[in-house]
Amino acid sequence: MTVLATPPAADSLLTARRGGRRQLKNSVATVLVYLSFAIALVPLGWLLWSVLSKGLHAMTRNGWFTHSQRNLTYRDPGGGAYHAIVGTVEQVFLCTAIAVPISLLVAVYLVEYGTGRLARVTTFMVDILTGIPSIVAALFIYAVFIGAFGGQRAGWLVSLTLVMLMIPVIVRTTEEMLKLVPNELREAAYALGVPKWKTILRIVVPTALTGILTGIILGIARVAGETAPLLILVGYAPGINTNLFSGFQGALPSMINAETLNLNSGGTYGLVNGHVRLIHNYAVDRVWGAALTLIIIVMGLNLLARLIARFSKVNQ
Amino acid sequence: MPDRNSSTRDADTRNNLRRPVTARPTADLENQENGVPDGPGKPDLSPPPQLREVTVGSAEPLAVSSGAVTVSGAAPSLVAGGRRRIGDRVLATLTAGSGAFIVLLIALVAIFLLSQAIPSIAKDHANFLFSRQFSVRSEPLQFGVLDLLWVTVISSVLALLIAVPIAVGIALFITQYAPKSIRKGVAYLIDLLAAIPSIIYGIWGIYVLAPHLVGVQRAFYHLDFIPLFADKGVDTGSIFDASLVLAVMILPIITAIARDVFVRTPDHHIEAAWALGATRWEMIRMAVLPYGRPGVISGAMLGLGRALGETIAVLLILSKPPEGAPFTASIFNGGQTFASLIGLNMQEANGKLETGAYIAAGLVLFVLTFAVNAAARAIVNRRKEFV
Repeated sequence: MTVLATPPAADSLLTARRGGRRQLKNSVATVLVYLSFAIALVPLGWLLWSVLSKGLHAMTRNGWFTHSQRNLTYRDPGGGAYHAIVGTVEQVFLCTAIAVPISLLVAVYLVEYGTGRLARVTTFMVDILTGIPSIVAALFIYAVFIGAFGGQRAGWLVSLTLVMLMIPVIVRTTEEMLKLVPNELREAAYALGVPKWKTILRIVVPTALTGILTGIILGIARVAGETAPLLILVGYAPGINTNLFSGFQGALPSMINAETLNLNSGGTYGLVNGHVRLIHNYAVDRVWGAALTLIIIVMGLNLLARLIARFSKVNQ
Repeated sequence: MPDRNSSTRDADTRNNLRRPVTARPTADLENQENGVPDGPGKPDLSPPPQLREVTVGSAEPLAVSSGAVTVSGAAPSLVAGGRRRIGDRVLATLTAGSGAFIVLLIALVAIFLLSQAIPSIAKDHANFLFSRQFSVRSEPLQFGVLDLLWVTVISSVLALLIAVPIAVGIALFITQYAPKSIRKGVAYLIDLLAAIPSIIYGIWGIYVLAPHLVGVQRAFYHLDFIPLFADKGVDTGSIFDASLVLAVMILPIITAIARDVFVRTPDHHIEAAWALGATRWEMIRMAVLPYGRPGVISGAMLGLGRALGETIAVLLILSKPPEGAPFTASIFNGGQTFASLIGLNMQEANGKLETGAYIAAGLVLFVLTFAVNAAARAIVNRRKEFV
């Protein structure tokens, strides 16, 4: 690794003593910095390649998007992920419908109204909500709706948990976007006699709309892959259940999890040339096929959010 | 959005023409007569008739209460003293209410977890904090969190030790080394790591990565005079495997925050270092790293919070030792973290006492992550005041 050319080497006191040791240190540091970036790319590329290569043929097979896993064991070929996709979409949709209005109101409060104690406490609590583990959020929903009120496990409880995980994502991005709206716009509206609430609803929020949309999509991407709430709050059904409010329901993450159990219980690992290798088992295809489907949904949403952010009116 | 803005302006002009600023009562009459509908996307805030009469007597601009007028003369400052407009009151209450809801939510989490956990802890025949066993299937409950705490903390700390230097390196690469034109793309690549769902990290970790780590693990066995590296006969699914995957998962979190503070290093600090004839590394050590240290620390703590609470990846990777297996300090053994224990067993738990025991474990995890996150935020916020 050669020394980078940018630092202007002047005739200063330090340069006079700029011996081999310092140059060596600099070179070592440069190598380490480049290396750390390269190291980070290894798991990214490796993981994406694993999922793609192992999951592609399952996902592109006929019926993956139209069939469920009903009455299929890991010994039977066929079936698809329709039941899981339906479950994930329904749960995330209900979650979004609840989380978006609350998050927008909180963000508007923090930027436009919030002063004093409540605002400070709210900001802090949104931070805490960001860091709350999904399993704890799921336990909370369990404690309230099943433990205290004696309800049954069902998909909508998962949605409620996801709401808790989605709110901080949307609040944070919306807050940032609202702060970027130039104050002149607000002042111009006030000067025309526009009341504050209408200034917010008709001027501030529309100006920041693309940014807010980005936040919402990022929020959806954040919760779509969550598994912990599914473990606790709804059983996995390999058949199609479109009812969020009763019965077991499939979802993409819980489908992956359920099929990995088949991998283990099927005893399908064997030693090949001293390495642990998979011996064929249809659960393998389903695990990686569902993983690829999930990753495409989540990363697709992420890319979409980035694209929309490009058209934002307020630039950072 | 230009169309929306122009439509707003059109509506404003119309209103302005129809309602002269001075003739407020007339404007209100006109509203009542014509039944002027609300503009698009506006909440229906038309007050009932009796309320409207009350408003007539007050000093408020009346038309506003009907929700249709934007230009009615009185700027917000002018209304001060009188009662606030209904629209303002509604939005202010709604938004403040949502803020209060968030605060209430966190309080409710603590309250409900406590209320469900206490009965089980009361029936616990072992010391909840210091017992190493967790047997809750049958009646004399005997559970404690010490083992869970050990595995949770050691796996997360190990992940942190691996991730922080790499994250700092990447952040330096993005802010100080990479050409300006590729910085955004590089940052996006690292952010992609955060977009991958944790269950996919889990299956990749145990089925793809772990078999390749067996050799690394065996190399460490040569150091087995240190209890941390003792051979416990677990090939794949050790705490070490889980830590490595956790390190990848928290890498983008730490990188993002470190990047943010490094890029804000004051230019004059950097230029001063250059002027002294520093090499690039010396410049970084003199200017960038000291400035960014609090950011790196808080980023690391946020990453730690994430690692402590990670469920499904750890659950899939860690091999579960049989019940009653002796405690070992080795990172090459399997184990259970708080989250993986709850995620694995909650679904089949029967009865309030058993679920209560898992909720108690969840409560400890909640307190742990709350403390770590609060500390991280405190550091970030203290820094903000100086910037």
